[in-house]
Amino acid sequence: MSLLRIEALGLSIHGHEVLRDVSLHVDPGEIVGVIGESGSGKSMTALSVMQLLPRGARCEGRVMLAGQDVLSLRERALCGLRGQAVGMVFQEPMSALNPLQTIGAQVAETILIHERVGRREAMMRAAEALERVELPPERVALSRYPHELSGGQRQRVGLAMAIALRPRLLIADEPTTALDVTTQAEVLKLLKRLVQEDGMGLMLISHDLGVVAGMAERIVIMRQGRVVEQGRFGTLAHPYSRALLEASDHVPARPAHEGQAPLLRVSEVVRAYPGKRSGWRGRAAPVRAVDGVSFDIRQGENLGLVGESGCGKSTLARAILGLEPVEDGRIELDGQPVFDGHGVNRAVRRRMQVVFQDPYGSFNPRWSVARLVAEPLYLLDDPPKDAARKAAVAEALTSVGLKPEDGARYIHEFSGGQRQRIALARALIIRPDLIVLDEAVSALDVSIRAQMLDLLADLSTRLGLTYLFISHDLSVVRNVTDRVLVMQDGRIVEEGATAQVFEAPRHPYTRRLIAATPRLPVSA
Amino acid sequence: MSRTGLILGAVLTLLFTGAAILSLVWVPYDIEAMRIAERMQPPGAAHPLGTDHFGRDILSMIMVGARTSIAVALVAVGIGMGLGVPLGLLAAARRGGWLDEIIMRGNDLIFAFPSLLIAVMITAVFGAGAVNAIIAIGIFNIPVFARLARGAALSLWTRDFVLAARVAGKGRLRISAEHILPNLANLLIVQGTIQFSLGILAEAGLSYVGLGAQPPIPSWGRMLADSQTMISMAPHMALFPGLAILLTVLGLNLMGDGLRDWLDPRLRRDAR
Repeated sequence: MSLLRIEALGLSIHGHEVLRDVSLHVDPGEIVGVIGESGSGKSMTALSVMQLLPRGARCEGRVMLAGQDVLSLRERALCGLRGQAVGMVFQEPMSALNPLQTIGAQVAETILIHERVGRREAMMRAAEALERVELPPERVALSRYPHELSGGQRQRVGLAMAIALRPRLLIADEPTTALDVTTQAEVLKLLKRLVQEDGMGLMLISHDLGVVAGMAERIVIMRQGRVVEQGRFGTLAHPYSRALLEASDHVPARPAHEGQAPLLRVSEVVRAYPGKRSGWRGRAAPVRAVDGVSFDIRQGENLGLVGESGCGKSTLARAILGLEPVEDGRIELDGQPVFDGHGVNRAVRRRMQVVFQDPYGSFNPRWSVARLVAEPLYLLDDPPKDAARKAAVAEALTSVGLKPEDGARYIHEFSGGQRQRIALARALIIRPDLIVLDEAVSALDVSIRAQMLDLLADLSTRLGLTYLFISHDLSVVRNVTDRVLVMQDGRIVEEGATAQVFEAPRHPYTRRLIAATPRLPVSA
Repeated sequence: MSRTGLILGAVLTLLFTGAAILSLVWVPYDIEAMRIAERMQPPGAAHPLGTDHFGRDILSMIMVGARTSIAVALVAVGIGMGLGVPLGLLAAARRGGWLDEIIMRGNDLIFAFPSLLIAVMITAVFGAGAVNAIIAIGIFNIPVFARLARGAALSLWTRDFVLAARVAGKGRLRISAEHILPNLANLLIVQGTIQFSLGILAEAGLSYVGLGAQPPIPSWGRMLADSQTMISMAPHMALFPGLAILLTVLGLNLMGDGLRDWLDPRLRRDAR
């Protein structure tokens, strides 16, 4: 008998249909991957199982969990179910933990709620649970607070809370999306081990086919609130599944780049922050976020910069854009320094633009799109007025595949992918030579990401643009860049042609990164 | 619930501002004419809210008094907002610098004194009067708005759209004006409403002790003070100005809370 059997589940929120006719099942000891793009209803399916739906939600169909229909249970019975029979792990490990409670207390809380045990015993059981997620109390004390832990450790605490009572079903909603690749690989391995040890069913929700392909025995593909297809990884045949597969390993068409004169030259750049205060007047040694970095970007080249969070890649990007002064070294664009004497060189800055990661945070919500897109025109000594300005905005919007009329609308009317296009239009409007793409496609769904990569490749060939492509996602960098730099702890540890670095990595760190990157099986 | 509060608050606020505006062109009785024969009349047909110890019509006095209260509070909040918000924005733009330090420690200094005490001091030095009351109340509104603006601006400064504006070569002051300030507007409107009600209370307090608007300009606080000795003979003389203060402050607070819930999408749960 299946552990979890969802039959013809329908869900509407305030009369708006979210899920329709969703059926799937999870057996004990089985890992089922649920894949879908944002808005496909994969998280809502999970929340329906827990009955943690937002207000105004109405379910129909059946959700059988260990022989009980969850939909017919009262809130009191559901409380007993949550945490005990079903555990859940969330995406954002920082916000899933209470910052004011020690990790031991948070894990013990789950136990105290469901079982009549003393605080002391609960703490012992919490220690045990943390041990099982490879956070032994000798190394990570129970009295630590979430902010003292790394992202991977926090996610392990979240996992310990979920498995403390040995639930029969574990739901993991994008459990590794917020983590670095090497940490992701460790957490996935841990999940797999726990499933084997406890014979638990695992419902693994992800947007990343690569992550799920290596883990799940069965895959459920969802789209627009419905199940498109389910089955083993190699047997997926539905056109949407194929399209999803193609998109997640998309290689945009791009002519090979020939070496030319260097456009940007970064030499021996150091960016240090003052160390933590210690004691009354003392300070720890300064932290070198960027530590003696040198490289060139040639005209028209796509250069990748990869590294895990905290390696200094964003700091480096900000230094290149002249947003932060550097302590040592030089950054020159076409022979001209980014900083001249005391300030930022406007003549250089107008030749560089940037696209940020977050499609939601990078626009002032109170400005119209036309005004947002036109903002960099401020860099020109004689910015175009009225009709000329309007024409420039229209041209920029058209070049990224939007309509000139979109300029009159506001940013909340656009989807994530459209917003990144608007961000690109904003970068293009002053016709820069170099665009820094700081995780510019990381927050996008695979199919939207593929379109965006095509657009970037097309613009680069048409307008002769040079990209500095910063990302933690190695598979994307591999497909779109000519050359790649690998950064670790503020230093560049490896540099070379992309194909060469990926096929024959020389530095051990690069090898670790590549080995940890989830890849789709070739047979798919 | 919050919608009811908002509507009730708005109605009360409109009632009193309406009365104040109406008093500019028409009041039932001339408030400067004393009619000793009609003094201390209880509420009746001729005088709906009764008369005071000089035979003046209390309804007319409250209407003109609303004008004083609203004018004093409005200008005081204007001073607080007009100086406090730019200072807060400046401090946020120069976070951690000496300017930030000076502005915020200056604010702490003002905060450290009980506001009424300083108001008493100001009026003792410069004389009692509506203008000095405005200045005294206004000064105490500056740190409130400065802190609010700085706190909210700091979180906005970390947003990517601010970074994008910096990439577009804009300076800190321009970013503060173009990007930060419009995103603070909701917050400032709400706080402004609440400070406005506090201003009315402060004005009433100052004129109660005789440091606000001077006779013959009527003011709610002084009406209360005047009625004090006659409370057993003519309780209506204290009741109606007291109610006026209470209802105005209540209305403004309800409106402030309602506006906050209404303008903040995170608190607007039951929008549909």
